[in-house]
Amino acid sequence: MLKLEKRQYDSRRMALLSPLIAILLTLITGALLFSLLGHDPFNALYTFFLAPLSDLYGWTELGVKVTPLLLCATGLNMCYQAKIWNIGAEGQFIIGALAGGWVGLSFPDVETYWMLALVLVFGVLGGMLWAGLAAWMRTHFNANEILTTIMLNYIALYTLLYAVHGPLKDPAGYNFPESAQFGQYITLPPLIGDYRMNISVLFALLALVICWTLLSRTLLGFQIKVLGEDRAATAFAGFSEKRITWWVMLISGGLAGLAGISEVAGPIGQLVPQISPGYGYTAIIVVFLGRMSPIGILFASILLGMTYMGGEMIQMDLNLPKSITGLFQGMLLFFLLASDFLISYRIIPANKLSWART
Amino acid sequence: MHRSLLVFILALVCCNSVSAEPLKVGFVYLSPAQDAGWTYSHEKARQYVQQQLGDKVKTTYVENVNEGSDAERVIYKLAASGNKLIFTTSFGFMNPTFKVAKRFKKVKFEHATGYKTASNMGVYNARPYQGRYLTGLIAGKMTKTNVLGYIATFPIPEVIRGINAFTKGVRETNPKAIVKVVWLSSWYDPAKEREAAETLILQGADILSTHADSPTTVQTAEEKGIYAFGYHSDMSKYGPHAQLTAVVHNWDHLYLNMVKAVLDNSWKPENLWYGLKQGVTQLAPFNAAVPKNVQALVNQAKQQIIDGKKRVFDGPIYNQQGQLAVAAGETVSDKDLLVMDWYVQGIEGKIPSN
Amino acid sequence: MDIDLIQNVLYATIRNGTPLMLVALGEMVCEKSGVLNLGQEGMMLMGAVVGFIAAVTTGSSTLGILAATGAGMLASALFAFLALTLAANQVATGLALTIFGTGLSAFVGSAYVGKTLEGLQAINIPYLVDIPVIGKALFGQDILVYLSIALFFAILWLFNRSRLGLVIRAVGENPEAANAVGLPVLKTRYLAVLFGGAMAGLAGGYLSIVYTPLWSEGMTSGKGWIALALVVFASWKAERILLGAYLFGFASILHLIMQGSGYDLSPNLLSMLPYLATIVVLVILSSHKSQSIWFAPKSLGQPYRPQL
Repeated sequence: MLKLEKRQYDSRRMALLSPLIAILLTLITGALLFSLLGHDPFNALYTFFLAPLSDLYGWTELGVKVTPLLLCATGLNMCYQAKIWNIGAEGQFIIGALAGGWVGLSFPDVETYWMLALVLVFGVLGGMLWAGLAAWMRTHFNANEILTTIMLNYIALYTLLYAVHGPLKDPAGYNFPESAQFGQYITLPPLIGDYRMNISVLFALLALVICWTLLSRTLLGFQIKVLGEDRAATAFAGFSEKRITWWVMLISGGLAGLAGISEVAGPIGQLVPQISPGYGYTAIIVVFLGRMSPIGILFASILLGMTYMGGEMIQMDLNLPKSITGLFQGMLLFFLLASDFLISYRIIPANKLSWART
Repeated sequence: MHRSLLVFILALVCCNSVSAEPLKVGFVYLSPAQDAGWTYSHEKARQYVQQQLGDKVKTTYVENVNEGSDAERVIYKLAASGNKLIFTTSFGFMNPTFKVAKRFKKVKFEHATGYKTASNMGVYNARPYQGRYLTGLIAGKMTKTNVLGYIATFPIPEVIRGINAFTKGVRETNPKAIVKVVWLSSWYDPAKEREAAETLILQGADILSTHADSPTTVQTAEEKGIYAFGYHSDMSKYGPHAQLTAVVHNWDHLYLNMVKAVLDNSWKPENLWYGLKQGVTQLAPFNAAVPKNVQALVNQAKQQIIDGKKRVFDGPIYNQQGQLAVAAGETVSDKDLLVMDWYVQGIEGKIPSN
Repeated sequence: MDIDLIQNVLYATIRNGTPLMLVALGEMVCEKSGVLNLGQEGMMLMGAVVGFIAAVTTGSSTLGILAATGAGMLASALFAFLALTLAANQVATGLALTIFGTGLSAFVGSAYVGKTLEGLQAINIPYLVDIPVIGKALFGQDILVYLSIALFFAILWLFNRSRLGLVIRAVGENPEAANAVGLPVLKTRYLAVLFGGAMAGLAGGYLSIVYTPLWSEGMTSGKGWIALALVVFASWKAERILLGAYLFGFASILHLIMQGSGYDLSPNLLSMLPYLATIVVLVILSSHKSQSIWFAPKSLGQPYRPQL
């Protein structure tokens, strides 16, 4: 029989291995699932993960998918390091898109790329505003940020719907709930040829580097980590929890807002009722899967970006439902959470059974 | 000997290239293929085409495609993987289709309910509002409370056309009846549709119409013992007593013709708006509860529309404010129908501006 | 105001609030024991799809409801294993459950879209149902509504009168202390989580078997999140859950009623109401530090790592 024993100190090796174990377990379960459905598991896994990357278009599209995930996850990571559970990336994404889009659409005749810069800035500000609301409610009223941010997500969504049905609706659009298409000067320029991947992918990588530097090399970063470790110690050390809360929320809101405006000023090209297939929520998985480290988050965003594309490929080639994407994403996180357990505990054979303590 | 061998080989090669690869046709759906609503009507037609043309075509579909940035990728992938004709079946796919059409000049695209065309992109649409008008005639005759309920989705011209056509029909057979409209702000939300239906019932409606993509309204009507009109497809199996008839889209022949046109290289981008006359808009069989004289009335009106003797929006039509919007002897042109954004008289409530 | 209208609105409010109340009651018990389960949507959808499939296949709504409850419990068992036994981060685990449950339910249910079944009939208690205004609302509902009200009273009794309720609360306030006096912390939490799952599954089954009755992907449309908010809105007191559930139920049909009555209010702005209301209440309640009574169980959301 086996027994669990707490390790004396967390295993670093397991910390690195557990995401890999999780991925492996997910692949195995996925293969089993495909077999049960009557498909060749290797072909199915290939179709899901690798086939979408078989041409340059696939790679650039992966970039399109990864950018918002990476931006949101980088921001969320700042919050989660401080154990501030910001679940509102989705809403901050939307409000960022809305704020930037509103500015851009208000001045259609300006013909300089400074307009694009302004639009991006407003996107960031929009996201910061939205996150700031939750930060304010937490610091001033002690309101739990998990619930406030979730509620704000829904309010953001209805605000977007309100805008595209009303004030921002394209007058030349036959009354459909869409904004006018963004003009050339408020559209992000593409990075490679005329594929959809644009310079926002550079923003994402830059943000990753900056945030990592912030966390690992600055006093604020240290304070954030202390808050995450031990709330009481923060006060003892003279750090202001409120200040830290504001910092991390504003940073993550700003990044999510940037992701939002990049999505509408990029691949979508206008404001429409649905601008996010759940990036804000998937980004949460990215942070955990990536072990809250920059390299990890980068890889995790790529992996999860692949799952989005895989779901489409699976439909087109194998006639399997798109919901497999959600299955894989959920499974990944489950297996990761399970494997993480082995960081603090080890499994050893027992000499005698002891059911007593639990 | 060599020459006849050569001819033989040439003949073989030619025959092989004639009975060559099947034509790949792709379909892009907004919602699940079996939703019994809008998407289902296209799926039915896809199956019809596959069945009729057998080995000559290979059809595939992708369902649940978001109208955001994912649509473009799906359409692109279909084009890149050899599909030569792609149907994109929702308005929100218009811009993505247009962008992909620019890249893949050799692929043909057909977009439903939109307005952008290109040298390799056509648009097509049905005229369900004609069917709505006919159901309005029935509703006006059969309502006992003089209140009709209408579950609308988004305040776009297509939906407003439907409401107006229905109301016009109602008022022609029953000048005292009114139509109450509730907005779902969604194409597909059964729980909310249920609430909307019940709300309308509790406000006195005894016959319901819906524009949503699910049979919920018909189901609700069945449960409450009132009547309803199905939409998109024949929903009588969800409400055998409740459904008086349904306004159905039938894309079967249209799609078959389009695919055949691509097969024999005669395809052209067009802007097709087909209705009762071409059989793209149809009415489901009448429920036995519809009195014979009402059935006759409807059939007569239907025939008149098909023959071109009558148009749904022939004047005189008064708008909701009581002003004469369309004079006697005039009609609302197709161009104006496309952007219809005003209510006719007989409707309670305003068109939401946001 | 029209008597009929009031009567029908009351009826619709109660019907609409029932799934919310079920989920909220379950989650409240779960949270009182110190566990925060964000997987409501996932559990509800699993309950909805499994229940629907069972009901369609066997032709029995009752079996469907039972299956739904079971599915919810199973889903929550997965959560419990990860969050309790393995002491994983509860926020992440709950979210994983939501994403996984949404995907799995859509996957499993894809063959059942467009299928239908006969819903549960209303139980009209004779004579009583004819009482004007409140008759239909109180005595003309289907059995699950009455079940939900019975459960409400049961939970009320649980926390006000029973030892089990005390144990749950103790475990939620201070698991270390509870453990020290010999209370079974993990087992209690397991039970609480499973109960929460059962309730969520039941609510999901109610939606797909009774309320619509249809299966469609993601058909809960955020009701799970509202229920979470409801628990906070009720400041973890069972009495207020009933009030809150019906209030929220009313709010979501309010805008439909207003539209039908000809009021021109933006449906999108009106749809925000329940969420805005929740935030307002959250803020008011949370800032109420007067007697430093913090309503939430002190250990809510923190993993409990037993000394092995």
